Amino acid sequence: MNLEKVIFGFFIVLAATLNFGFFIGDIDRPELHHIYELAAALVVSLIATALKFGDRTQIGAIHLSTSLVADLQLIAAAITWAVAVHVTGEGMTPSVMSSVVSLSGGALFANIVSVIILIIETVMLRR
Amino acid sequence: MNSAFFLALRRMRVPIIVVIVIFSVSVLGLTLIPGIDADGKPTAPLSFFHAFYFISYTATTIGFGEIPNAFSNAQRMWVTISIYLTVVGWSYSVITLLALLQDKGFQNTLTTNRFSRRVRLLKEPFYLICGCGETGNLICKTLDRTGHAFVIIEKDELRVQELDLQDFKSDTPALAADASQPGNLLLAGLKHPKCRAVLAVTNDEDANLAVAIAVRLLNPAIPIIARARSPAVAANMSSFGTNYIINPFTRFAEYLALAIAAPEQFRLIEILTSLPESAMPEPHRPPGGHWILCGYGRFGHALAEQLKPAGIELTIIDPDCDPEEIPRAVRGLGTEAETLLKAGIANAYGIVAGSDNDVNNLSIAVTANELNPSLFVVARQNHNVNSALFDAYGADFTMIPSHIVAQECIAILTTPLLAAFLWQLRKRDEAWSGMLVGHLQALDKDQTPAVWGLKLNIHEALSVYRGLMLGQKIRLGEIMRDGTDRSQPLPAITLLIRREDEDILLPPDDFLLAPGDQLLLASSLNSRRNLELTLHNPNELDYVLTGHEITGSWIWNRFAANRGNGERNL
Repeated sequence: MNLEKVIFGFFIVLAATLNFGFFIGDIDRPELHHIYELAAALVVSLIATALKFGDRTQIGAIHLSTSLVADLQLIAAAITWAVAVHVTGEGMTPSVMSSVVSLSGGALFANIVSVIILIIETVMLRR
Repeated sequence: MNSAFFLALRRMRVPIIVVIVIFSVSVLGLTLIPGIDADGKPTAPLSFFHAFYFISYTATTIGFGEIPNAFSNAQRMWVTISIYLTVVGWSYSVITLLALLQDKGFQNTLTTNRFSRRVRLLKEPFYLICGCGETGNLICKTLDRTGHAFVIIEKDELRVQELDLQDFKSDTPALAADASQPGNLLLAGLKHPKCRAVLAVTNDEDANLAVAIAVRLLNPAIPIIARARSPAVAANMSSFGTNYIINPFTRFAEYLALAIAAPEQFRLIEILTSLPESAMPEPHRPPGGHWILCGYGRFGHALAEQLKPAGIELTIIDPDCDPEEIPRAVRGLGTEAETLLKAGIANAYGIVAGSDNDVNNLSIAVTANELNPSLFVVARQNHNVNSALFDAYGADFTMIPSHIVAQECIAILTTPLLAAFLWQLRKRDEAWSGMLVGHLQALDKDQTPAVWGLKLNIHEALSVYRGLMLGQKIRLGEIMRDGTDRSQPLPAITLLIRREDEDILLPPDDFLLAPGDQLLLASSLNSRRNLELTLHNPNELDYVLTGHEITGSWIWNRFAANRGNGERNL
């Protein structure tokens, strides 16, 4: 068993699960989507990205790009949230909430791709 | 993406994660700890947005203060912890980054990347020079002066740094790496479409051989010029199809033999193959008869082989030679009078101080001159640093291996026609050579001319080519005029014109040019630029041919044409 692989897999799966936890629930109801869950998903996703740095293989490149997509989507969601609450002052209306959640849904898709690549990589492993 | 970037990312992985974790913990803490309002009542904690904003300016030590409201004591306690945490995180990242920049391996990656990018972006044809010692440096300087681009691989890092200090006119990529490794050759543009030739002129015979082999296998289309000192390496190189193998010892021996047999012809060759605009070589008139050869190594063997057919009686002096094996050989260095006398210096006509030690060679030459002042002295100078000593002594003929190799390389690279000319030369007599030497010296008596080739095609001589294609009759003498004042002939000599397979030696002035002709010319670099402008610019050509000064503007041309034949409508 390789500790590096454990940590790597852990963060990738955790990023996907946290993202899923935030995403699940009616899209326009703020009480079903907790901001801490979004924050946790964002942080874990950033860490997962950093873990993927510096791998020059083809699969490493796709790993990194999916992670970057997830980061981008989650950061966009967080900014939307902050703008609605602090800048325009309109608060978490159903329309704002649905755009935040749908952005995180995009990130979830990228995270799922990441997990699938992880699984494929493991299946391909001959040792 | 380049490898330096990946290396940086890989090294920065841990610091970046540390910074992310510290940030998220600090932000999270602030979103949980309740605040306090002006009346001392507890308020809701900071939102994520405010917490992130606060930590961002605190962690980067900008520190705006407690925004949006004054903090509660619980918040201040947490902020104190966060400040220390974030400072540690940032310093760790910065230190790692600085260490990475200092890292030798990383810097090598950076310079290698920069080098390969510069090579990739080269637009003009270039030569790849492996080894930039005395010979390589001489070649580089000459190529730079004649306006050719080149790329350098040199093993010694100090020499590469010194290259930066020499102001080359062109921007020259140089890499400190071992040229005998194929990877480095590829990096230096071996397979670059603009790579014209590879020169293997390192000090190391095996490295030269390795370069020759690598070039032959990796890019068989381009010529390779290699230096070889020993016959074994030369034979190995030629078995691999190396195009030009230059052995300075053999070449000098050939020259010396030629100088004895046909001094005028030798002088002509010497002038034509010397580096452009270098000092005019002294005329050498070595006598025949009895010679003494000090040093019977590779150079000595090459000399003996060439001088014996020229009718020279040789007495060999060498510390390791066996007098029983070689007739009339004397054991010794030749630096002491006794050995020289034993070798019969009193009746000798010439002496070759040809050991691989410069100080010994000078000592031999000085001692020999004292014993027999009328002696013709040939001295071998192994290192450029001793130039001052050899100049001060003033031997009748000094042999400098690095010069011979450099001259030969330049002649091969820049003027392929010169070889054809030198071949034709062999059939001519001494008087003919003497006449041509006189002409060449008339161009400039202190400096040697540059010998250069030219093809009358659309790239190298646009205006003449166009004129010829339109059926204009242009004679050689008509274009060889000074572009600033056409009444003056251009100080240049056309040595050879090659038309298809026919070579015309010293064509007359009324020679009719044809498109596709290849010319071999000897002139100063200034006259070369003068002629090149004439050949390229139609207006300049028109002036040189007819004396009319025309501007290139369309309106003026139409106007002039209209004035010329009034009935023509505009």
